[in-house]
Amino acid sequence: MTAVYEPWDAARGAEIIAEHSHLEGATLVILHALQEAFGYVPEPAIPMIAAALNLSRAEIHGVFTFYHDFRHEPAGRHVLKLCRAEACQAAGGDALAARAEAKLGVAIGNTTADERVTLEPIYCLGLCATAPSAMLDGRLVGRLDETRLDALIAEARR
Amino acid sequence: MSTRIYIPRDAGAIAVGADEVAAALEAVATKRGAAIEIVRTGSRGLYWLEPMVEVATAKGRVAFGPVTAADATSLLDAMLADAAHPLRLGVTEEIPWLKRQTRLTFARCGVIDPRSVEDYRAHDGYKGLERALTLTSDEILADVMTSGLRGRGGAGFPTGIKWKTVAQTSADRKYIVCNADEGDSGTFADRMIMEGDPFVVIEGMTIAGVTVGATKGYIYIRSEYPHAVEAMNAAIAVAKRAGYLGPRICGSNHSFDLEVRVGAGAYVCGEETSLLESLEGRRGIVRAKPPLPAHKGLFGKPTVINNVLSFAAIPFILAGGAKAYADFGMGRSRGTMPIQLAGNIKYGGLFEIAFGITLGELVDDIGGGTFTGRPVRAVQVGGPLGAYFPRALFDTPFDYEAFAARDGLIGHGGIVVFDDTVDMAKQARFAMEFCAIESCGKCTPCRIGSTRGVETIDKIRSGERVEQNLAVVEDLCNTMKFGSLCALGGFTPYPVMSALRHFKEDFSPAPESLQAAE
Repeated sequence: MTAVYEPWDAARGAEIIAEHSHLEGATLVILHALQEAFGYVPEPAIPMIAAALNLSRAEIHGVFTFYHDFRHEPAGRHVLKLCRAEACQAAGGDALAARAEAKLGVAIGNTTADERVTLEPIYCLGLCATAPSAMLDGRLVGRLDETRLDALIAEARR
Repeated sequence: MSTRIYIPRDAGAIAVGADEVAAALEAVATKRGAAIEIVRTGSRGLYWLEPMVEVATAKGRVAFGPVTAADATSLLDAMLADAAHPLRLGVTEEIPWLKRQTRLTFARCGVIDPRSVEDYRAHDGYKGLERALTLTSDEILADVMTSGLRGRGGAGFPTGIKWKTVAQTSADRKYIVCNADEGDSGTFADRMIMEGDPFVVIEGMTIAGVTVGATKGYIYIRSEYPHAVEAMNAAIAVAKRAGYLGPRICGSNHSFDLEVRVGAGAYVCGEETSLLESLEGRRGIVRAKPPLPAHKGLFGKPTVINNVLSFAAIPFILAGGAKAYADFGMGRSRGTMPIQLAGNIKYGGLFEIAFGITLGELVDDIGGGTFTGRPVRAVQVGGPLGAYFPRALFDTPFDYEAFAARDGLIGHGGIVVFDDTVDMAKQARFAMEFCAIESCGKCTPCRIGSTRGVETIDKIRSGERVEQNLAVVEDLCNTMKFGSLCALGGFTPYPVMSALRHFKEDFSPAPESLQAAE
């Protein structure tokens, strides 16, 4: 299932920002909401958030760039996240990560040239008793092995 | 009468096909006109048996697992006829792995429907809050003190003292914050309880609010846990409708409201002051202490900040169980700990038991060793900042002080098992690398030390001046341990130094790790 995102639109962005700006400590909530709508946080949104919350543009930029989750540009059509933390390492996760990199032809943290698949690391999905684990576009997969990984990659490439 | 079937909606069960099993059972039942009612519960925590499906019978629930969608037809036959089936595990409560546990905090997890406050109440839910509302703040605090409960997030600070400090600090506004940023690899107890019994977390936080005079609470959940976010939001909405949250809860003079906030992939936000900064909408930069959050916490107001499991332990304690809770455990570690067995392990899952059980019992006896069948070489206890223990230390009892005495920590109770193919120099390098990726950057020992640590371990692994560089690593670790502001830089030396101390043979150009160490 591919997420469908809206193209960036300043009026729509302003609407999303206004929806949440009354909250205590609203910055992260707004960044999440923008990313959910547009698939990433478009640069023009940063000064708009700053104005809405009466904070400096530098402050919002600082928050935006601190957290791993927030995207500066759209991801590929599918996002495949592989858990790289210890419990998955213990269960053979390193070899599977190398396999995924080889099959997709990109290093972890990158998007394939055809912009179909973004391969990302994730540090723990909390599925440590059914390791190794992965997430394809929000869908969780445990007990990952070569067969399951290959199927996920094939699905993501479609 | 329709047959009631229980299937987990826990993320761990869904990841191995629980949704597909539920859909297949539903389809087969519809085709046959069989009357079944599917209840989606949390997980019982026996993850090697997930998806584990249960059916209500006259002798109690009977479990089957691990089930796949392809088993639906034969499974439904066996369930409707109460007949034999290759996946039949018997009466759930009698499964030895479950029977051996002492489930106080997780008593309802996997049993009840996490969306139903009626089901929660039918299983002793909200008894703690109802009793707390008849007590004074001091009387509640006395119960929390009596229980001996210590912070389950890892630091082990006495919960009663923390609450008392907030209760005694006067302010126009106070906050209750639940730390659900469970970032440690090998831990999933917070996720499980939020998905399987969210009301127990809400009840614990509400009791905290009543005790210290706070009217607003936040649950900060990591973004990697979308199912837990959904479960908590659903339960909060239900609790509000039922009068358990909002103005004048249960007809009392107390008001308490809750809101879920979602993290954004920063491990350091599990550190309490960094979490508070993040909740305030800022970069998750660690604050220097003092002031303590109990004095100046969220938005500068007195704040109780506790881990999910600490709050989840409270309802049992306030329902008259303070003494009973304290009767479990050893030394200064009272009560039970939900221990998480993970990684390369045969029987992985959640095992709640009194403090005092040894590491060896947990790994070999309960966990059954590795699923690869190879010998256990090392276990990491307490997440990415916890020490690696060799078999020689498997007699260590699960207890805050006993682990500290052996240069380790129990942390959030996660145990990750590695077999004899592990390269401990690689694991030490990962600990430094992870610290470098996740450092908030405020203090130099953590920010720079971790990067220099990665470089130095690389030199060691390539055989460059091994002895001198080992001394550099040790020196770096000392600086990080004593010079860092928080546990990220301060505890990264635990996995690094334990790997060095107990598995030194791996720190040479040609690791001998494949020759079994034991």
